[in-house]
Amino acid sequence: MEKQIAIELKGITKRFGSVVANRNVDLTVRRGEILAILGENGSGKTTLMNMISGIYYPDEGEIYVDGEKADIGSPKDAFDYKIGMIHQHFKLVDVFTATENIVLGIEDGKKYSLADAEKSVVEIAERYGFRVDPKKKVYDMAVSEKQTVEILKVLYRGADILILDEPTAVLTPQETEKLFAVLRRMREDGKSIIIITHKLHEVMAISDRVAVLRRGEHIATVETAKTTESELTEMMVGKKISLNIERDEPKGSVDRLEVRGVCCVSPEGIKLLDDVSFTARSGEILGIAGIAGSGQRELLEAIAGLQPIECGDILYRNPQTKETEDLRNKTPQQIRDLGVRLSFVPEDRLGMGLVGNMDIIDNMMLRSYRRGNSMFLDRKQPKDLAERIINSLEVVTPNAETPVRRLSGGNVQKVLVGREIASSPTVLMAAYPVRGLDINSSYTIYNLLNEQKKNGVAVIFVGEDLDVLLELCDRILVICGGKVSGIADGRTVTKEEVGLMMTKVGGNVPEPAERGNET
Amino acid sequence: MSEENKRQDDLPEETAPEKNAAPEAGRHAEKHHVPLIHIAKRETLPWQKAWGIRAAAILLSLVFMAVVSIVLTKENPFRLYGYIFQASFKSGSRFFRLLYETAILLAIALALLPAFRMRFWNIGAEGQVLAGAFASVLCMLFIGDKIPSFLLILVMLAAGVAAGALWALIPAVFKAKWGTNETLFTLMMNYVIICIIDASIQALFPKGTGTMGIVNGSSHAGWLPKIGNNYLLSILIIAVVTALMYAYMRYSKHGYEIQVVGESRNTARYIGINVGKVILRTMALSGAICGLTGFLLTSGYNHSVSTNTVGGRGFTAIMVCWLAKFNPVFMILTSLLICFLQRGASEIASRCQINASYGDVLTGMVLFFIIGCEFFIQYEIHFRKKERETAHD
Repeated sequence: MEKQIAIELKGITKRFGSVVANRNVDLTVRRGEILAILGENGSGKTTLMNMISGIYYPDEGEIYVDGEKADIGSPKDAFDYKIGMIHQHFKLVDVFTATENIVLGIEDGKKYSLADAEKSVVEIAERYGFRVDPKKKVYDMAVSEKQTVEILKVLYRGADILILDEPTAVLTPQETEKLFAVLRRMREDGKSIIIITHKLHEVMAISDRVAVLRRGEHIATVETAKTTESELTEMMVGKKISLNIERDEPKGSVDRLEVRGVCCVSPEGIKLLDDVSFTARSGEILGIAGIAGSGQRELLEAIAGLQPIECGDILYRNPQTKETEDLRNKTPQQIRDLGVRLSFVPEDRLGMGLVGNMDIIDNMMLRSYRRGNSMFLDRKQPKDLAERIINSLEVVTPNAETPVRRLSGGNVQKVLVGREIASSPTVLMAAYPVRGLDINSSYTIYNLLNEQKKNGVAVIFVGEDLDVLLELCDRILVICGGKVSGIADGRTVTKEEVGLMMTKVGGNVPEPAERGNET
Repeated sequence: MSEENKRQDDLPEETAPEKNAAPEAGRHAEKHHVPLIHIAKRETLPWQKAWGIRAAAILLSLVFMAVVSIVLTKENPFRLYGYIFQASFKSGSRFFRLLYETAILLAIALALLPAFRMRFWNIGAEGQVLAGAFASVLCMLFIGDKIPSFLLILVMLAAGVAAGALWALIPAVFKAKWGTNETLFTLMMNYVIICIIDASIQALFPKGTGTMGIVNGSSHAGWLPKIGNNYLLSILIIAVVTALMYAYMRYSKHGYEIQVVGESRNTARYIGINVGKVILRTMALSGAICGLTGFLLTSGYNHSVSTNTVGGRGFTAIMVCWLAKFNPVFMILTSLLICFLQRGASEIASRCQINASYGDVLTGMVLFFIIGCEFFIQYEIHFRKKERETAHD
């Protein structure tokens, strides 16, 4: 069973500014094995692999290839060590054929002959059981074919160690099976395969060993045959630690927002949300848990009027008029005109919630600049608001005229959350509001959300940290592949239960074979 | 740092394979193999320093210009400098001509400003101005003797503004509805209007030389009244437009929306701005100001139209906008600089009997330095220090 070690990482650390993406990671990859790298989003899987493939250079630590210290400064260096990575986002030239893409950039000193190249591409493909038309243009290809070309590109360059970054994210279950068959054949051929994923059932199906990362740290590497899904889940999400976020019992809760059977479909025809129903109540924090990309963003955007929905209703019960409004497929402006006080802290702070090049004052106006009949702007009130937020939330900034892109992540978020709360909402939606924030800023945000809850606001909180969700939320809605897999009581549910629901619809129920709704 | 360098030294020969990949290792290599030249983005430079660099660039460009001129033309460079200044300041009328040219160029650049702020790359100003000029001239031709002159001028103004706006709205509609590429579309619209004008002149003056000639040369119907000279009224009008445009971009809700749409479509969507509507409105405004400029060109100065009426100013204005970093006040300076250089260049060409293109070469040199110096304002350059120093830091 013990096989020769292909790559060894020793004490790898990588920082981006103040964020530590990988901390002191040790890892071994053996010849002729499939190693799965498992971890939640933001746990540092891709960063770690990017250091092996030469995209990033580690700040600390060493990489050994075949027992000798390697200095991998660029993807070209990586290829010299026979390491190739297949990225999540394909890097192909659309107007070129498969073969042209595969040979692009190769300088082997030989005469350039497309016919020869085509021959060897077909040869490699046949050896591993790929199906590929070497003359097909990339723009005519389906996603899975493009992935095949990416893999062939790496093999053609003679890679012995292949890194695949979430290769199944874009594939149907049938295509996934085919890919797995190919990977197994490569393993038999003595190649080392590293596959990055956060899908447990795939880990169990394909890998020989699993390395689990959590918050940038390597937790453990275990043999797949000797572990279970729930054990892996626990390693992935971590043991329960007490955070001591205050959580009061909701008082006088009434239904505020009801989502009924909502579904929506991407332009490519993939179902992003599938029959989602839930109710958000006033004076309560409803958490939304799920693996990133399970439909959380689409759900919030559908409520906010940014994502058209195919079916279902979004009903808002106005506490003042006692009337029920249907928000389905209304624009944000129409929603506001109905008197619905809906605030939304989007995931993409500088790309959606704020304008990076504008100063704090101008960003304060985003929601309110239309007020009044004058054709000119009133900067007085936004300026007062900016000063108030800077003072009360302790935003670190030279002044209110500083462009928000110059602020640090935590301060950007304080500006955004501050503005959204300032409009005294009745529904407050926040997507990953503490992502990338340090502990103190995170607690500022939790306290703000709790304050809103006390004021009777229906808070919807999309989070990735299960510990926080369990400490903060009154109820937790778990979403998986665009479907609601359950709504749990935040006070009684365990992290393992939520973790299982995140990976499968219906918790412990065995997975149905046809599952084509992944995004 | 020192630790890493040491580690680097400890590397056995075989494990550092024959890499010629040093240049592409670039940003990762910073710490490990210090490159010869290292370029880093500066913190914002105090404005005095920034302007110092710009002034130095202009001085340097003058020296460079002198050296090249001595080598190529054997002219005394100071005489060349003299010609450049004479072109604009020798007489009152030359000075006003400079101001007029500046104003026209500025007006077109102002028209482009809101579109560019919205990241809508309108390079069809040439055509939009021509459309405005053409519409104004048609009014002069066909209703010139039927209504009083001041009324005619108002009709011409309205027609010019409307034609310019229309010419800008066509690509805007396609952009807003179907997401077509505005750069190509607006560029092509230039050639369409040129062909229309050519064809119309052929049709209207079948026996002529293919040019229109001065319209209403005896009645002066539809000619802008003179204040002092031919130029002053146009200059004043454009001064007012400049102030209005500054206020529009800085203080109006429209200007704010334009900025949000330009910075981030997603943010615009998020706060409920109708992006398509803003594109249409802004391009209508952009085209309208172009049309106004076309009207000023015909009614105030040319009293005629040809495919050369705008003379490439629609494209030069793009440079004015960028050079001024989309600031209307700086745009006054950049358009003045460009007109000053162009007038000087053509003066050199005619006085020294050099090919007129040489003037353009000189203008290009100055602009090269001015644009190039922005790099040194944005970035600072470190050269590798001696090995010993890096080893001990």
